[in-house]
Amino acid sequence: MDLLLTQTFILSLLFGAMKAGLPLLLAGLGEQISEKSGVLNIGIEGMMLFGAYAGFVAAYYSGSFWLGFLFGGIGGALVASIVVLLCIRFGLNQIVIGIGVTLGMEGLTALLHYFQFSKTYPRLDVIPAISHHLIVYLSLALVVALTWLFRATYVGLNLEAAGNQPAALDAAGVSVIRTRAWAVLTTGFLAGVGGAYMANVGAGLFVPFMTGGAGFIGIVLAMLARGKPFWVLLGAALFGCSLAMTTALQVAGVNIPTDVVQMLPFAMVMLVLVVFARHSVLPPALGLPYVRGER
Amino acid sequence: MTAEAQIAQRGAPGSDAGREIVASILRVAVPILLALIVGGFILLILGKDPLAYYGYVVKRGLLTWGGLQETFTRMSPLLLIAAGMIVAFRAGIWNLGGDGQFLLAAVITAALGPALVGLLPKALILMACMIVSALVAAAWAIIPAVLKARYGINEIITSLMMSFLGISLANVLIKLFFWDPGTTVPQSRTLPVEDRLPRIFDTTIHSGVLIALAVVVLVHLMMTRTAFGLKLQVVGANPAAAIHAGLNVGRLTIATFTLSAALIGLGGSVEILGVFGTVRADWNPAFGLLVVPLVFLARFNGYAVIGFTLFFSALMIGGDSAARRVGVPQHFVLVLVALLLIFLAVVEYLDHQRRKRIGA
Repeated sequence: MDLLLTQTFILSLLFGAMKAGLPLLLAGLGEQISEKSGVLNIGIEGMMLFGAYAGFVAAYYSGSFWLGFLFGGIGGALVASIVVLLCIRFGLNQIVIGIGVTLGMEGLTALLHYFQFSKTYPRLDVIPAISHHLIVYLSLALVVALTWLFRATYVGLNLEAAGNQPAALDAAGVSVIRTRAWAVLTTGFLAGVGGAYMANVGAGLFVPFMTGGAGFIGIVLAMLARGKPFWVLLGAALFGCSLAMTTALQVAGVNIPTDVVQMLPFAMVMLVLVVFARHSVLPPALGLPYVRGER
Repeated sequence: MTAEAQIAQRGAPGSDAGREIVASILRVAVPILLALIVGGFILLILGKDPLAYYGYVVKRGLLTWGGLQETFTRMSPLLLIAAGMIVAFRAGIWNLGGDGQFLLAAVITAALGPALVGLLPKALILMACMIVSALVAAAWAIIPAVLKARYGINEIITSLMMSFLGISLANVLIKLFFWDPGTTVPQSRTLPVEDRLPRIFDTTIHSGVLIALAVVVLVHLMMTRTAFGLKLQVVGANPAAAIHAGLNVGRLTIATFTLSAALIGLGGSVEILGVFGTVRADWNPAFGLLVVPLVFLARFNGYAVIGFTLFFSALMIGGDSAARRVGVPQHFVLVLVALLLIFLAVVEYLDHQRRKRIGA
């Protein structure tokens, strides 16, 4: 009996860690692309949340999980295009707009949810195992692909230049604005897919404010990973485990207030930040708009 | 942005004074109007009448005596949070951990207040609650402050993380330590009404509003009229220059961060001492981020913040009852705040372009 208990405990912990960690992985990888190009994308929480809503709506009405992920990604990219227009094209304050985007999406999705679903609370079926395996493997493949992209391609080089020496990239004839715009749109897409995964696979339904800071954890992952996608994966696994503790401990019958367990991932983030503080690296031009000819 | 902008304003030639006044009014009025208009379109799309909604909000928040009293009462936490943010933002520090600091202070007040009843005279209880709660909130900001000061770690992320932690910790404290055994729903013991902050004359407005007004004015004077305030402004405007001028930027950063958190904590304490007397588990008004656009609208000016806070608390109080009466949930206020923030940044940008044109 004891053996069974520990086995179910470990299994539910691992499975839960994967489910909780995957959105963090996608958000972290996305944020890494933005940060590399010199954009501090605080609005990622809003992109995830809108992706979760759009993804849920698409999956609910079409019955296809893949359409759900696709529309989640498109929804996230749509929100990202606000950031592209205002922060990258016009050079407005990335932090102010980022907070605005996050608050706005929190309010908007909660409103839409209220008018559409608050009386019925529809749920999705459990995702077919094959589809789930596929999205997990695709995400893992993305880690490898991004590592290759950053290390061995001009795209990766341009991204890095846009964050480190935007003027040099401009002088080399590559548009800083366009590089950053694509980076942020990609971030939005990945964050949106992550949000859709949270709603459709993780919860099976959309709840207002459901991302609960996952986007912000993604930012921390990107900050600590020092530009290496593999480290984002490691971090996402770690935080996924601490998030999954909630359900796993309940399965094991440990009785403590859920608030204590909810503190785990954030406490973990702070602990990691305090311990590894001096190792976190951000590009020098992060958060600064690029205006040609200005220093 | 602030100091430079102010210097630029003062240095503007006299002949343009009239135009400058019009410009500064437009800078405030245009974002508010745009936010209300776009918000109205969103209501239309959702099948609600925007004019009915806004009309109801104004009537309920400002034009009825009961609503107006509620509006004034709501101003006190918002003003104290705004005071905390003015201190931080002027020094270029993004303290976004307001919710955690506010709630922890509220819980400490709710735990300490009832425990002291009978032991101390009323005035001392109120003072002790405010001071201890402010100190606890300040302590909650120390980790982000030190990480920022020593390692340059982005305080936005760390203060947000501490905020999530603080919100959960506040619940844990109530459920595990301060749960009033006489209640079924977890909540702290209640401070008797006669031991709360006294009310102003015959109104339902508690005197915490006066404390909040005084604090905002004092903070404004501190930031604009004292050496400490000037130092913080220099750090905010240009940290590199501040180091060059021999300022201890690390120590100033920690001082600013903790002072900002203490003021926000005072807001939480006053809200409990004045309005609720107790904290229920899972209570979180989430004022923190909502105040950010107000402080920006006011361009970090304490007097202007008072006016915008009045406008905003009327919106919140009116929005609360509109949620029940007109059927538009409270989340709509979040959308308005976001629109306000975005349009504010856009108008700021256009104004900047205009300045560059006439300046050059």
